[in-house]
Amino acid sequence: MRIIPFLLSLILTVGLIYCLSRQWGGLQKTPPFGQFFSPQHGFWQNAEPVNKSFDGNLLLAGLKGKGDVYFDENLVPHVFAANHVDASYIQGYLHARFRLWQMEFQTFAAAGRVSEVLGAGRNNAYISYDRSMRRLGMVTAAKAALAKMEEDPVVKADCDAYTAGVNAYISQLKASELPLEYKLLNYSPEPWTNLKIALFVKYMAYDLAGHDNDFEMTNAKSFFNKVDFAKLYPEVQDSVDPIIPKGTHFSPAGFSPKAPATADSLYLNMPLTVTAAESKPDPDNGSNNWAISGSKTMSHRPILCNDPHLSTNLPSIWYQMQIHTPDYNVYGVSFPGAPYVIIGFNDSCAWGITNAERDVRDYYSIKFKDETRKEYWYNGKWVPADQRVDTIVVKGGQPFYDTVASTVFGPVMYDPGFPGFSEEGTTRSYAVHWKPADSSNEIRTFSRFQSMRNYSDYKEAIVTFKSPGQNFAYADKSGVVAIWQQGEFPAKWKEQGRFVMPGEDSSYRWQGNIPQPENPTMLLDTLDSGRGFVSSANQTPVDTSYPYYLGIDFPPYRGLTINRMLNNLNSITPGDMKLMQTSNYDVFAAMAKPLLLRNIHEEPLSADEKNYLKVFREWNCTNNPDEEGPVIFQYWWRHLTKDIYDDEFSKSSLNLMRPFESTLLESLLKDSAYSFIDNINTPEKETLQQVVTKAFLQAVPDLAAAANAGRLTWAKNKDTWVRHLLRIPQLSRTNLPIGGGVHCINAAKKLHGPSWRMIVELTDKTGALGIYPGGQSGNPGSRYYDNFVDKWAAGEYNNLWVMGLEDVKDSRVKWTVHFSNQ
Amino acid sequence: MIKFFVSILLIALLSFICGLFLPWWSIAIAAFVVSALIPQRPLRAFFAGFVALFLLWGGLATYFDMANNSILSARVAGMVYLHGSSVALLVVTGFIGALVGGGGSLTAAFLRK
Repeated sequence: MRIIPFLLSLILTVGLIYCLSRQWGGLQKTPPFGQFFSPQHGFWQNAEPVNKSFDGNLLLAGLKGKGDVYFDENLVPHVFAANHVDASYIQGYLHARFRLWQMEFQTFAAAGRVSEVLGAGRNNAYISYDRSMRRLGMVTAAKAALAKMEEDPVVKADCDAYTAGVNAYISQLKASELPLEYKLLNYSPEPWTNLKIALFVKYMAYDLAGHDNDFEMTNAKSFFNKVDFAKLYPEVQDSVDPIIPKGTHFSPAGFSPKAPATADSLYLNMPLTVTAAESKPDPDNGSNNWAISGSKTMSHRPILCNDPHLSTNLPSIWYQMQIHTPDYNVYGVSFPGAPYVIIGFNDSCAWGITNAERDVRDYYSIKFKDETRKEYWYNGKWVPADQRVDTIVVKGGQPFYDTVASTVFGPVMYDPGFPGFSEEGTTRSYAVHWKPADSSNEIRTFSRFQSMRNYSDYKEAIVTFKSPGQNFAYADKSGVVAIWQQGEFPAKWKEQGRFVMPGEDSSYRWQGNIPQPENPTMLLDTLDSGRGFVSSANQTPVDTSYPYYLGIDFPPYRGLTINRMLNNLNSITPGDMKLMQTSNYDVFAAMAKPLLLRNIHEEPLSADEKNYLKVFREWNCTNNPDEEGPVIFQYWWRHLTKDIYDDEFSKSSLNLMRPFESTLLESLLKDSAYSFIDNINTPEKETLQQVVTKAFLQAVPDLAAAANAGRLTWAKNKDTWVRHLLRIPQLSRTNLPIGGGVHCINAAKKLHGPSWRMIVELTDKTGALGIYPGGQSGNPGSRYYDNFVDKWAAGEYNNLWVMGLEDVKDSRVKWTVHFSNQ
Repeated sequence: MIKFFVSILLIALLSFICGLFLPWWSIAIAAFVVSALIPQRPLRAFFAGFVALFLLWGGLATYFDMANNSILSARVAGMVYLHGSSVALLVVTGFIGALVGGGGSLTAAFLRK
């Protein structure tokens, strides 16, 4: 034995193995390369053969009876179960089989456990994110929701079975079969629990009801005088067409909240500045839905359409499926992470959901006695604050301990120890009252939707739904069409919670809720001879005669377009609905275009500039992928906005609320001498014509640069992605040829858009179409990972085949899995 | 020369079997054991282990990749700075296995001499 070369060689080999077994890098770590590249362990195992058979026989002790799952060519499962409990079990199993990593990661994100998987992040961004989720009370809210869910025997049984189904899959999963993302990040799944279902529900509540502008509005209120403030943040939108048509009569308020005696002195007229900064979900998380009476359709039967707008992610937030039990037969999309079909239809009726976008998150400025934050001033004396210490596990680092105080208003979200996402820090402390933190059982609504047969079942199903407030559209085969804006909404006195409120006395707390029967609703039965449809697109639900304060943070334009189109259509077919859901018409641009063209001073323009103007003039205000008009409009409007507002806004170092696009447009349409047009930094008084022309001239270099980069057409410029949850470009689909935009029914933005387009015609045999930007498999190595994306971008749909037991031999059945317990 | 080819065959076979049950680095042990039993000069032993694992890992990966129409390898190759080249990814895969296998065999060769 040659000892020295032997030892040298041994050390080299072991050293090599060590190097290939550890994760390299700083903030973003590599996977351990040896394991990752090993064809028997690593990513090659996830390279699913394109002709893979999904047939199988599964013996699972947790089932009560036998069940069969038939997969069609799109890998959509058609589940035939012996009862609803087995259906939930099989659904849990299928979600885990095809979407395990995603469903677990989403619940980690909900629970503030992202650092545990991804590390601290740049500038501790992941730790900050985790702190914000925990401080908001996501985990306590989920625990409270779980207790409520488990009080309902049906929901409890279904959640237990769902969890057992997920765990049945996880427990037999070999390390080599783990989803790709676990291998990339080098960790393994933990057992599923019912709490994770509740966490997922709260995650959706955060996504849909986690938005407010209280800090920015508070700063704006203290910076601008009253006249300017009213001009920048008006309380009515001229162009809005509410969900419940204008002029509808409302009964007087059943509950009237009282404004505190000090509201003017200590709140509305009190200048307060906020330097903390919130983390917020996408402000355009919205959606469209509408349901049309048979009186307006070709088939004389109702048609229901829905397209919820969410972040367009891979794996998709949705998983499409049919579930058949002796009690119900339901088809639609489910959330990997929760039982039931969430948006869909059964043999009797169809339902669709959009976000209510009501403000259910308010902040209170808390006066603590000292930096320990153990006592705070409330109703004239020092009272003790609850305190808890959260432990945030950080991958590759020390655990982070966060001490969170809690007040009678709610948990302290931001304080000197946690300024949120502000670089400046904060000297003040703010407690938050967030409606979804109150206990509730939202899953119950969906458990009842599966088997609902008529309008009264639907009403009974939604009545307990609290957060996030939603517009539930409904249509059934008997011809009833309805919509409810349902949720538990705090009844607020005027401007309550529009700004950060004083947290030193009880009079500023929420005093009660709007009684459920007073939630906005519209019912069209078969005898209705009115407008023949209901619709919602996140616009304000009601006009100003509604007896409660709602604020004005509602986008008006999609709703306006939908109602106009539906008013003009008759003998409607599903084909018409396809065109409507994928419509790229931009009503905001249509209103702004004449204003711009009227005010541009054309004489001094060069030939090049005139050319852009010509393209804009000839543009039909439709944001189709190959149009240049929307790009010109976007840059032009952006510069106009800056030119009009930046001179005033840049005088403050605070984070100020920026006026909505609708505010600027409506102001200019009403008043061509809108006071903000004048640039306060120049002695002269600018005119609208000057500022419109200047903005156009400023836009031209941007347009030339875009043209040079090959990004002058709308789709290229907008660059819509369907992005992997880890934001890895290679696992995402980028630069999709899709038009639309934020004000269009086809609300496809860069990272956000129609996450599921569905059209259901309630004829005797239901006809349904649907598509989502993704694919049924969450595995980036599967041909079913993104196979819907191109069709979705092109505005095409899949037929939603409601399979019957008699169809077992149908050629559309590609694979079969038999589930049994023996 | 026969020894060389027999070693390659046995290392590949044993590595494959180990890979079914043991962690990925068991290929080093497989190469070590075979090279300890079939003594060769160090350089030869190294190449036996190297070639065996290059063929095994590269071959298995090629097999999976073909069945997959390179859907996944194109994505992963983009992530590891190989510009989406599936072939480059296959070569890297084979090379990583080969280095570890070669190391195992080389160590064994010095043990015997």
